[in-house]
Amino acid sequence: MIGLCLAVTLFSAIKSSAQDLMAELNNDLPKQKNYAFATFKSTRLIDGATVECLGQGVLDFRISHRFGDVSQGLSDFYGMDNALTRLSLDYGVNKWLMVGIAHNVFDKEDNGDIKIKLLRQQIGGGSPVTVSYFGSISVQTTPAPTLPDSTYKWLFSNRLYFANQILIGRKFSKTFSFQLMPTLVHYNLVDSSKFSNNTFALGAGFRWMFTRSSAVTAEYYYRLNNTNMLVQGQPTYNVFSIGYEVETGGHVFQVMLTNAQGLTERTFIGQTTQSWSKQQLHLGFNISRVFTIVKPKGYVAPAKDGDDKKW
Amino acid sequence: MKKILVVTGLMLIAACGTSVYAQKYMTRTGKISFDASTPTSPEKIDGKNNEVACLLDTKTGDVVFQLQVKGFKFEKQLMEEHFNEKYMESDRFPKSTFNAKITNLSEINFGKDGTYNATVAGKMNMHGQDKEITATGTITVAGNKIKISAKFKAKLDDFKIVVPNLVADKVAKEALVTVDAELNQK
Repeated sequence: MIGLCLAVTLFSAIKSSAQDLMAELNNDLPKQKNYAFATFKSTRLIDGATVECLGQGVLDFRISHRFGDVSQGLSDFYGMDNALTRLSLDYGVNKWLMVGIAHNVFDKEDNGDIKIKLLRQQIGGGSPVTVSYFGSISVQTTPAPTLPDSTYKWLFSNRLYFANQILIGRKFSKTFSFQLMPTLVHYNLVDSSKFSNNTFALGAGFRWMFTRSSAVTAEYYYRLNNTNMLVQGQPTYNVFSIGYEVETGGHVFQVMLTNAQGLTERTFIGQTTQSWSKQQLHLGFNISRVFTIVKPKGYVAPAKDGDDKKW
Repeated sequence: MKKILVVTGLMLIAACGTSVYAQKYMTRTGKISFDASTPTSPEKIDGKNNEVACLLDTKTGDVVFQLQVKGFKFEKQLMEEHFNEKYMESDRFPKSTFNAKITNLSEINFGKDGTYNATVAGKMNMHGQDKEITATGTITVAGNKIKISAKFKAKLDDFKIVVPNLVADKVAKEALVTVDAELNQK
């Protein structure tokens, strides 16, 4: 019995090899959460928002361009003569909040956007998806229409549109990410009382990386109601876009083919008047350039000791 | 009954004995930084991790380090994303570890305050690859605190970290790694 006891004592003395020390360290550490990152490369997939927020202190300047209808042919230089543009500035306030402003050529529409990251996908337990809320208010600033008589008033509220989206994204692998986008677009004014002021839609999109820095993307919004909506007498269609995305350092460059020329949620989701079946397609591109405005916490600038020439 | 008492007593003494002599020092807030800049880099390529866990056994000279790759902070968030996504693949390989032993343990007197030169050798695991690494540095004993400082080079090739040709001259082949950890008695 005493022999056994001695053996135990001896064993516990010899036991602490480096391997055991690592095990001991592991035991002492809280379980680390491994969050998925870079589900999408950019804050917008093609037209619509992705689950991604900008990093804290990062400013994103985006130029989005949609050329005219390719089916116009040579007379319109395959749409190149007629482009719509959106310029936007987005800023990452913190890890989970992003705000943005934008100006659109179409209807001279101005946007205020907000995106909030609600849940982060975790690898090995935890949430299987990343969930973000995206909200957008836009106001069109074209001159007021001529009204039949002075009993009619053109209210400011007539110019407002609201978009709300819940974005649910998952990074399935290093190269494939998918997201669903339940959407509600509210129009303060529609063309006729026959149409609802609310358009509900379900969107889906994916990104598949086929090289280290380039990817194929696609996006589709299916409207659940209001499919009979007319915009200035023209029928509306669901939007479908395919794109190619390439990342070069601080830029993300996206080229796409889409049936929507508008660049705000209220136009491309609910008021796209052109369709793939009529080959009314638009070439377009988005350029995103990020700037670091505020350096992240935890990073201390290296001491200036002569090698700062490397900057 | 007497026998059992004796045994229990011996076991207790043994347990006390090991806890007294097992001199272990630990931290969770060690610092490891790396610099992979070259003279032609357009910006400084460096990251800092301030949440490195380290455990040292002064009796055996065993020392282990562990860090979460995603814990590295960069001046630019985009660089952090590229580091994790394209170079370290930290979804697949979330941890880096260093399992080492002080090779000149006899020259270090943990009982006496002072700064000692130290050499550690052991297995580093990074990006899913194992590699034997030897590093030299100092160990500073101050009361019941021990400070470990070291600098060494890690070759990206050894850990199968791929740098695309396009930026091959902008990212160093070897990263200079700096370790700074202040350990407290456990």
